[in-house]
Amino acid sequence: HSNHIQKSSRSYQMHLKLKYTAEQEYPDLSQHNNHMAKVLTSEMYANLRDKETSSGFTLDDVIQTGVDNPGHPFIMTVGCVAGDEETYEVFKDLMDPVIEDRHGGYKPTDKHKTDLNPDNLQGGDDLDPNYVLSSRVRTGRSIRGFCLPPHCSRGERRTIENLSIETLASLEGDLKGKYYALKNMTEEEQQQLIDDHFLFDKPVSPLLLASGMARDWPDGRGIWHNDSKTFLVWVNEEDHLRVISMQKGGNMREVFTRFCTGLTKIEELFKERGHEFMWNEHLGYILTCPSNLGTGLRAGVHVKLPNVSKHEKFSEILKRLRLQKRGTGGVDTAAVGGVFDISNADRLGFSEVELVQMVVDGVNLLVEMEKRLEAGESIDDMMPEQK
Amino acid sequence: MASSFSRILSSKRHIGILTLVGGSVTAGFLLHREHVSAGVPVRRRYPASAEFPDLRKHNNCMASNLTPAIYAKLCDRATPNGFTLDEAIQTGVDNPGHPFIKTVGMVAGDEESYEVFADLLDPVIKERHNGYDPRAMRHPTDLESSKIQSGHFDERYVLSSRVRTGRSIRGLSLPPACTRAERREVERVVVDALSGLKGDLTGKYYSLTQMTEKEQQQLIDDHFLFDKPVSPLLTCAGMARDWPDARGIWHNNEKTFLIWVNEEDHTRVISMEKGGNMKRVFERFCRGLKEVERLIQERGWEFMWNERLGYILTCPSNLGTGLRAGVHVKLPLLGKDPRFSKILDNLRLQKRGTGGVDTAAVGGVFDISNLDRLGQSEVQLVQTVIDGVNYLIECEKRLEKGQDIKVPAPIKLFK
Repeated sequence: HSNHIQKSSRSYQMHLKLKYTAEQEYPDLSQHNNHMAKVLTSEMYANLRDKETSSGFTLDDVIQTGVDNPGHPFIMTVGCVAGDEETYEVFKDLMDPVIEDRHGGYKPTDKHKTDLNPDNLQGGDDLDPNYVLSSRVRTGRSIRGFCLPPHCSRGERRTIENLSIETLASLEGDLKGKYYALKNMTEEEQQQLIDDHFLFDKPVSPLLLASGMARDWPDGRGIWHNDSKTFLVWVNEEDHLRVISMQKGGNMREVFTRFCTGLTKIEELFKERGHEFMWNEHLGYILTCPSNLGTGLRAGVHVKLPNVSKHEKFSEILKRLRLQKRGTGGVDTAAVGGVFDISNADRLGFSEVELVQMVVDGVNLLVEMEKRLEAGESIDDMMPEQK
Repeated sequence: MASSFSRILSSKRHIGILTLVGGSVTAGFLLHREHVSAGVPVRRRYPASAEFPDLRKHNNCMASNLTPAIYAKLCDRATPNGFTLDEAIQTGVDNPGHPFIKTVGMVAGDEESYEVFADLLDPVIKERHNGYDPRAMRHPTDLESSKIQSGHFDERYVLSSRVRTGRSIRGLSLPPACTRAERREVERVVVDALSGLKGDLTGKYYSLTQMTEKEQQQLIDDHFLFDKPVSPLLTCAGMARDWPDARGIWHNNEKTFLIWVNEEDHTRVISMEKGGNMKRVFERFCRGLKEVERLIQERGWEFMWNERLGYILTCPSNLGTGLRAGVHVKLPLLGKDPRFSKILDNLRLQKRGTGGVDTAAVGGVFDISNLDRLGQSEVQLVQTVIDGVNYLIECEKRLEKGQDIKVPAPIKLFK
């Protein structure tokens, strides 16, 4: 008994897999169209399959969502996730090319710049409110030392929740707010959160479910928001934390300032308690999905563009401005009444300030174009250069 | 049931000697059985109390039986394949309850799960199977269809007859836990064996990944094609991973014997035909099963089975016989009678709609089948269905004539 080598259950699972050859285990990706499937050859699979992070996250865990979801009709999905910070190291051979493909040629040697100083933003306080209905900036943060949603245990998830509650409870001034745990909220609280468009549901997308991030729902999940309802934190949805600053109208500068102030303050408060965010100088902020690395930032507006959106060059204009369009329900929804969600297309390789600047400048241009078209004038002379 | 050690050694399987000693194929299984129930250690970062699931809003058999003490005892162990308690109960944690049925709320990842997690599975089994105690009782297996009496129903009432069960291949993990290679091995072993079936059982395999549009449409028209599971009860248990890799359907040319490969179990075996000849359906069922068993044994494999639990399947609700024998039967008058449910209960039968579980009856046509799975043999359960359905038809006829019907005395369980 004392001589017996104590292996953990994870090693036994690995041992079981290694009874078979790499070929026998290699997934059938012949029908697939996602970044993981494009990159994961059988040779790469053979090289990586016996590796695991120190928390026991394996290659099969990383790619399960991409194996189970061959492709999205309109968007090239990523097809892999991280289970912890180490995933991006241990499975570098897969992650690096996926990241390069997804983030416009970002190289394994590139450095990512973080800039959360709102003073570096120029303008942005006067997007025309006749067109810009609302402004919003979101990002995510992961707490170093814990596994990410696809892999965390109930104990870890609860610890993340408790840490977040404690930390957010220290926020003051216009950031002072309240936490609503999903499993404890009253009917009334729930209805209010729905009316405010704050409440997030259990994920239904198979892209998310297949990676295991909805396990144990709604245990350890909740929503925090400030009293003025302009700063919101989601706990344990697709990431440890999703941080959102938003308000009606076109004052993106104010939204971004609150965003930066809030994030910086939260980070300070976590550090006081001995915790920091997952970050490194190559990948910036580490999040569950490789698509959200770097800034994890999506800054966007709901803006009325009924004329511009019908222009034959609309897609080209957005591409040159490094912007993307979505419907007003968010990703995978349609635009209603000519109102579009316009946001930055990039996440990694540009700083937060740079991305918000692109949105501010780009939306200003789009609104000018809209006004021209309304007046029956051409916009040919307004075509932007590729940023 | 147990194969001899020498036959295993001479089999043509391409699994190394390592597995014979450390894995769960028959001889190895018997050799280290006494070590199995201890399981292997699990690396834990948090104490059991921090990990115990919140089951306060839950209503399933797992939630009713999982105490913090049992969780603390079992969360430190895993099966030799590395399957853990958390994985076994995940579906029950994620799915608090079904509106009409008390669900089981846990699954097995391999044969050893039923040993290593016996402290939880035994009471769950006892609750689900009406008091069957795996520690004290033995499950009878009987596939002698000649013992069936009067198995031909009045076809003015019975539209179709069907018997299904499942079988698992010993030595390979079950759908919640299997790797892609194991799943493909299940497919290979089963398809290889099925190609040896002859006579009225001669048939063909249609792999889900390779079937043509035309084949797919035909299988849909025949009501044979199964889809990727959508029920969260199944998807949360991990059995839909890598879909549709290594999944498929085999059926005989006459379309009366059908096998699903790698859906909720390694195999689901179905015998069916239009009309009321349940005896013939069951005869084909038994013959087909025995023949498939013989064919896999020739190749050095066998089904998971033991005398405590009978045939081992993924869901504890399907242990024992794993058998559901049923008919589609027209009972428009009885179906509206307030005593219908009680009559069914006492006859140990259950009703479903004609779309299967969780569907409604259409046009007074009900799916009537046995309630029980474990503790009685296949022959006993099919006889119960035959006797019960005959009784229901008698009731319907009496109601047609304006005569009264009687609720029968309840049948004794565990004969």
